[in-house]
Amino acid sequence: MLELCNVTKVFNRGTIDEKIALDHLSLTLSDGDFVTVIGGNGAGKSTMQNAICGTWLPDAGKIVLDGIDVTALPEYKRAKYLGRVYQDPQMGTAPGMRIEENLALAARRGQRRGLRFGIHQKEREAYKTALSELGLGLESRLSAKVGTLSGGQRQALTLLMATMKKPKLLLLDEHTAALDPKTAAKVMELTEQIVTENKLTTLMITHNMRDAIRYGNRLIMLHEGRVILDISGEEKSKLTVSDLIEMFGRASGSEFVSDRAILS
Amino acid sequence: MFVQLLGALPGALAQGLVWGLMAIGVYLTFRILDFADLTVDGSICTGAAVCTVLVLRGMNPWLAMLCALICGFIAGALTGVLHIYLGIPAILAGILTQMVLWSVNLKIMGKANLTLPARTTPVLLSQLNIPSAILILFGIAAALIVLLYAFFGTELGCSIRATGSNAVMSRAQGINTGFTKILGLAISNALVALSGALLCQYQGFADINMGRGAVVIGLAAVVIGEALVSRLPQNFALSLFGVLLGAVVYYIVYQTIIFVGFDTDFLKMFSAVVVGLFLGVPYLKKQISVTFRSKKGGKTNA
Ligand SMILES: Nc1ncnc2c1ncn2[C@@H]1O[C@H](COP(=O)(O)OP(=O)(O)OP(=O)(O)O)[C@@H](O)[C@H]1O
Ligand SMILES: [Mg+2]
Repeated sequence: MLELCNVTKVFNRGTIDEKIALDHLSLTLSDGDFVTVIGGNGAGKSTMQNAICGTWLPDAGKIVLDGIDVTALPEYKRAKYLGRVYQDPQMGTAPGMRIEENLALAARRGQRRGLRFGIHQKEREAYKTALSELGLGLESRLSAKVGTLSGGQRQALTLLMATMKKPKLLLLDEHTAALDPKTAAKVMELTEQIVTENKLTTLMITHNMRDAIRYGNRLIMLHEGRVILDISGEEKSKLTVSDLIEMFGRASGSEFVSDRAILS
Repeated sequence: MFVQLLGALPGALAQGLVWGLMAIGVYLTFRILDFADLTVDGSICTGAAVCTVLVLRGMNPWLAMLCALICGFIAGALTGVLHIYLGIPAILAGILTQMVLWSVNLKIMGKANLTLPARTTPVLLSQLNIPSAILILFGIAAALIVLLYAFFGTELGCSIRATGSNAVMSRAQGINTGFTKILGLAISNALVALSGALLCQYQGFADINMGRGAVVIGLAAVVIGEALVSRLPQNFALSLFGVLLGAVVYYIVYQTIIFVGFDTDFLKMFSAVVVGLFLGVPYLKKQISVTFRSKKGGKTNA
């Protein structure tokens, strides 16, 4: 489904701030894989997702999505294949527009946008149903501005928007990190439900080691722009947090450091 | 003197409606697209220059206005292209286009000032017949508001609004934000140029300096308009109407100030102060409430 081949990205090349964020990173995801991604601060996790999304072009390497070479495709064009939820709840929605308008935008991802109505009455009913499945009471607030929603509500809405048109790949970048524990748990639960129901291929970055172990069928660890650990299937289900830390030490030759890692 | 002031009000209303159309253009970039566009100072004159020259050559004024509109569209698109494809900061891109337009406008007119006499040319409106001018302007404004309301409800219109609200999210939803920004700027300046085309007919001349400070007048109308409709239910058409009304209020206050005998040298400063106050006060209010809250929080923690 996704193939990253020797993807390299260097920021500020040739200056004292030069940073090799991705170092010949290679990764292949199969159809239906739910991969959790962990790694210390600055390991290149977000950079990997940005490369997949096309925020900028990589310096070298190749990115293939479901047989389509997207390496040089502009961000807005490959958006058709991708669903994305960011860490910052502000990032994924248009605060100045209504809930229904945000959903309508997402429903048209990958389509030509012309002079047809931006939203139809029919759609509103469908959105109501979809929102009520989130269980956050948003179904009665279709015409509220998204700017008036809480962080958790926005993340749930972003998740819905990312998956409404089934993406070939769902990218989650610490999408529960900015939420309080209870809301985070709720959003995580919704995530699993949506991913399972739609059989979505998913790449989820998390700082929560337990979540990384609990969710998905495969776990990878990034360090200095490379994959240093790749565990799946039975082996993954038996993992513990202390296993992970120890494995990290062995694979990277350094101690696991992350100011935000949740170890217990 | 009071009677004199009352007598000047219809003129202020007509002027307000003309500038209101320009203000709607400013609203589209400043509020919808979140782009501070300075092209306006040049494109309003471009509209006037094109319209004046074409009407003088015997073209039908409606057709001349359409040409003015198209020229404004191109001017706005140029600013957009400079910003998107050459990475020039928004404000500077606007200033560069403004510079280009200054020369273009002079070339179009052939000199710095060109009269368009209402008595000898088939102009659509003129300050010699203010009631009819008000009617025509109101009709045009109403039609444009309906048209803009419809357009910004379409998929394309929504994608422009989304771009202004959150460009990162828009790209993630497959919107070509470079294109939508250029289109938004083009539409805005098309409106501004149309306003210029109406203005030259109304006042009977086009002048190379007529756009100087226009963007500030537009912003003043936008902020006054927003204050006027802030208590009413939020609706795009209503906001546009509010901006139109804002421009009218602006010109009525302007006339009043002149009548009171205020030194007219201060008028530009007055416009700037209005914009500064309306944009600054809400910001200060927020800052103060934040410090207040944090102080209160500090006390309870101590
Ligand atoms: N736009 C950018 N310009 C310059 N450097 C960047 C940029 N984006 C990322 N970097 C650098 O690349 C490295 C990898 O960053 P990245 O955001 O991918 O880390 P991460 O694994 O997501 O870390 P975190 O867990 O803190 O989110 C960091 O050293 C970062 O400073
Ligand atoms: Mg990150």
